[in-house]
Amino acid sequence: MTLLTIDGVWKRYGEHDVLKGVDLTVDTHEVVCLIGASGSGKSTLLRCVNLLETVDDGAILLDDVEITDVRTDPDDVRKRIGIVFQAYNLFPHMTVLDNITLAPRKVHGVGRAQAEEQARELLTRFGLETKARDYPDRLSGGQQQRVAIIRAIATQPRLLLLDEVTSALDPTLVNEVLGVIRELKESGMTMILATHEMGFARDIADTVCFLADGVLLERGHPDQIFGAPQHPRTREFLSRT
Amino acid sequence: MTTTWVKSDRQKEREKLLKAQGRRSLSAATISTVVVVGLVVFGLLASPGWPRVRETFFSWDALVTALPDVLRGFLLNVGIFLIAEPIILVLGLGVALLRGLRSPVFFPLRALAALYTDVFRGIPVILLVYLVGFGVPALQLQGVPNDPVVLGTIALILSYTSFVAEVFRSGIDSIHPSQKAAARSLGLSHGKTMRYVVVPQAVRRVVPPLLNDFASLQKDTALVAMLGPLEALRQAQIHAAESFNYTPYVTAALLFVALTVPMARFTDHLAARAARQRGGAT
Repeated sequence: MTLLTIDGVWKRYGEHDVLKGVDLTVDTHEVVCLIGASGSGKSTLLRCVNLLETVDDGAILLDDVEITDVRTDPDDVRKRIGIVFQAYNLFPHMTVLDNITLAPRKVHGVGRAQAEEQARELLTRFGLETKARDYPDRLSGGQQQRVAIIRAIATQPRLLLLDEVTSALDPTLVNEVLGVIRELKESGMTMILATHEMGFARDIADTVCFLADGVLLERGHPDQIFGAPQHPRTREFLSRT
Repeated sequence: MTTTWVKSDRQKEREKLLKAQGRRSLSAATISTVVVVGLVVFGLLASPGWPRVRETFFSWDALVTALPDVLRGFLLNVGIFLIAEPIILVLGLGVALLRGLRSPVFFPLRALAALYTDVFRGIPVILLVYLVGFGVPALQLQGVPNDPVVLGTIALILSYTSFVAEVFRSGIDSIHPSQKAAARSLGLSHGKTMRYVVVPQAVRRVVPPLLNDFASLQKDTALVAMLGPLEALRQAQIHAAESFNYTPYVTAALLFVALTVPMARFTDHLAARAARQRGGAT
């Protein structure tokens, strides 16, 4: 079942076209990995889906309803789509628990007790139960990013966007974050990941998309993309990573 | 296997040198302080007019005589400050938030807030005190207060709110856009993003400049004297006029300083605590 449809999305900053008519569909429970060099448009595409950027042309549909319609309420769309950023972007003045329960309490109207109970369940599931009362800067980068993922899924979104979530981490911390994403896939979460971790993309993705200069050049099963890339630029990119 | 640290001879030698250096800097600091203070005191005492100045500005008798009245007046200054400050904080934050609204519906409010800060930051406080204190009663409107203390306080509020609003606005602008993006991505509206994410961080950041404005407000409460109320400066003026001695002014100054110094130390304390809470990290 199609959850998300991206139809001819075009995005321009000044004179620079970042996305040049990208088409993509994502089914429920599907995990899509976006690969490509820095500046190829992966992050911008994710930010467009979350309506943090407005598209300059084309449309994005969630559950067959156009969310890029100017009359839609972006807050309503974002309630159903979670996003995790490369730099975590946790709220430094709140404890881990408050970071996680903010949206459930203030946007979804969940009571404090219930929200905290759910947050603690998630923290336990991802091995962070002892960190509930800590402030984010007392945590390692890997722990912070895991909290950021928990914060994004605490509102039970239909779709989770992950924007190079391991790029700011040192190699020993990457795995603990990737472990969380793997578990989310097993629980059936629909995800779009922009990533530079090729091994991980091959392992976890149902579909891999290669972007170059704002164009989706090739998409397919990870074995096909990584094993037998069709487009010469995909071959060139993969040979360099 | 555990490795225990045995200080090497090199380290011992280094520590000895550091200690010697420390002793040298301490004695250098002591000597230069003694020299500077000595020179200033000598210059003062040696100046031909010093006996006269000591009698006119630092007379113990005049201080004792004026102190009860000046102190009583000073309580009015403190009262004005305590009432004006919370109002200024609330209004200042309000004006700063108005200037941050992006919706076209709010254009008039936004423009008004900008106009307000532009105009009132530019008017000297003393002029504002005169304008409000003498101008408003002259309008002879029904139900408008004409108590000079109230009018003076309103003038101070009008002036300081414009400064405090700008302090808040710069604090709000200093919060990285990624924080706003993170909050919006969770579905928080603009208002909730400001309330729960941006403003709490901004307020923490602007506490030192805000306290600086408080100290400034504290002393500017003396400007209300221009309208007649018997606050510290006015009382000092009366005493000085009776005795031809300026010591009452120094008395008032000492009282103002006595209030601002603890506040400055309190600011330092808050800043240090905030730094500790952040765990030394940035």
